[in-house]
Amino acid sequence: MTTSTVSNRAVASAGPAARKAAGPARNRRRSTLTGYAFMAPFLVFFLLFLIWPVVHGVYLSFTNQSLTGSGGQIIGFSNYLEAFTDSQMWGAILNTLWFTLLSTVPLVLIALAMALLVQMGLPAQWLWRLSFFMPFLLASTVVSLIWAWLFNPSLGLINSFLATFGIEGVAWLQDPRWSMVSIVIATVWWTVGFNFLLYLAALQNIPDQQYEAAALDGAGKWRQLFSITIPQLAPTTVLILILQVLASLKVFDQIYQLLNQAITPSTRSAVVYIFETGFTGYRFGYSSAISYIFFALIIIVSLVQLRATSRKSL
Amino acid sequence: MTTDVITTPKAPLTTGARGSNGTGHRPGEKSFGAGRVIAFAILIVLAIAWLLPFAWAIVTSLKSETDAASSASWIPENGFTLGAYSQVLAEGNIPLWTVNSILTAVVITALTVATGALAAYALSRLDFAGRRTWYIAIVAAIIVPPQVLIIPLFYQALAFNTVDTYLGLILPQVVAPAMVFILAKFFDQVPIELEEAARVDGASRLRVFWSIVLPLSRPILAAVSIFVFISAWNNFLWPFLVVNDTSLMTLPVGLQTVKSAFGVQYAQNMASAILAALPLIIVFLFFQRQIIKGISTTGLGGT
Repeated sequence: MTTSTVSNRAVASAGPAARKAAGPARNRRRSTLTGYAFMAPFLVFFLLFLIWPVVHGVYLSFTNQSLTGSGGQIIGFSNYLEAFTDSQMWGAILNTLWFTLLSTVPLVLIALAMALLVQMGLPAQWLWRLSFFMPFLLASTVVSLIWAWLFNPSLGLINSFLATFGIEGVAWLQDPRWSMVSIVIATVWWTVGFNFLLYLAALQNIPDQQYEAAALDGAGKWRQLFSITIPQLAPTTVLILILQVLASLKVFDQIYQLLNQAITPSTRSAVVYIFETGFTGYRFGYSSAISYIFFALIIIVSLVQLRATSRKSL
Repeated sequence: MTTDVITTPKAPLTTGARGSNGTGHRPGEKSFGAGRVIAFAILIVLAIAWLLPFAWAIVTSLKSETDAASSASWIPENGFTLGAYSQVLAEGNIPLWTVNSILTAVVITALTVATGALAAYALSRLDFAGRRTWYIAIVAAIIVPPQVLIIPLFYQALAFNTVDTYLGLILPQVVAPAMVFILAKFFDQVPIELEEAARVDGASRLRVFWSIVLPLSRPILAAVSIFVFISAWNNFLWPFLVVNDTSLMTLPVGLQTVKSAFGVQYAQNMASAILAALPLIIVFLFFQRQIIKGISTTGLGGT
């Protein structure tokens, strides 16, 4: 963000605009005016609702500001020092990482399996696509209402289904051993359709010739899957992984809604904790500090992912 | 540095999502073998698993409360009834929340796409002081999770006195740097010759943008609009924080209050869920192809 503002000539790759970089000063001023005229509407929103909150949040994290308006004195690093010794915060971060791991694996593998199966060209294409993608169109509250009902210990569909096999059901959402798994199950149902669509789009871009050539060489279906399809999908898998991990780290809605605000230490996610300290504990300053610790975590995870995947995909 | 996080994984995908979403037959895969039968069986099981929650919600919503609360049977003892729906529609605010959801999602989408397209055009085509800096700032901003901003944004809403107003509900949702990035990447690929010809003929930048660039960009604008609309329609956290007034709530937020209000009224809960899900599902059934294309295009980072 600290790049010099006059180095436009250096960005030849970023678009044809660079070609005209060396005009006379007057033209230059004119085009700068035009540029900002086009940028202005977006920049108003960008500065007001993104840049400013980012900056102000940093400031708040160094104060004892409360939601009720009291406080607001600068208290240095106290919030951060408190956060680093706050076992609830570390618990929330660990839960978030655990949820991310538990949800990302099935969300990538099931999406891939769905896309591969649909891509085989079996009948009723529209039906498969509809079934797998439709849940993604639902609001989190709709998903939570439906799954809270499915998970109902005595009347829910899941336990009554298990009962027909003589398996005794569990209290999915209430039992701390199962609540995180339940959240993951509902999440997979809800959002796998998005990854499925990305895989399907990528599959349709693999040229048929590759399969034809492989078939001529006597490669069987499984061979083709592992030597053509999966490698060709690698960039998509990298993208899906990155998007999915980022999305999973931000989990809030399902946990807050499904657990009906009775969140336990084993299900509290980072964003849930940010929400709790800020809006039920009224501690805006402390909540901001946790927000930035969480933000740092997201950046670290992204960088780690990038390092781990860039070698494979590029 | 943060730029790479976003661009590198997407770079190899510039040809992504171009393929039609028609049926994906592969030559040589049409033979009927044991493999296809097994694949078909797995698909059916998966589809049932994914459709069952819907089916169960619909069946429950058509039961009487007594039946819903007595057993998990598919066929209610006292027959099916629309009672839960009439109850919810008569006592609840679902029609009002639907209107609020449509209003907010439409305004958010229009503003996001309009401001985003203008900015993306400037970033892609115009030469102005600070362009590179803004480009980097916007791409870097993609990684900022909106959840991290709830405290300062709420503080701001308190300061502006926009808590419990449409302005406070809508405006903070109008920033989508990722969409600007996607649009700018698209504009980069539009051949510049047409624009140059029009410029030589004396057309203004705005005119060129409006009558040459925008018509050429319809598919990507549709894709971005669909993505923004669905995200806005379903957004929960910000509307939930900034709106307490029942008459201003959107469907996702209102539904959260229904759950606590109706408590153990299972049939009414499910009827509310179905009614809330219906608008977008109906839209989806009509525009399935466009929506699927829009979502996968945007998800794959444009183009």
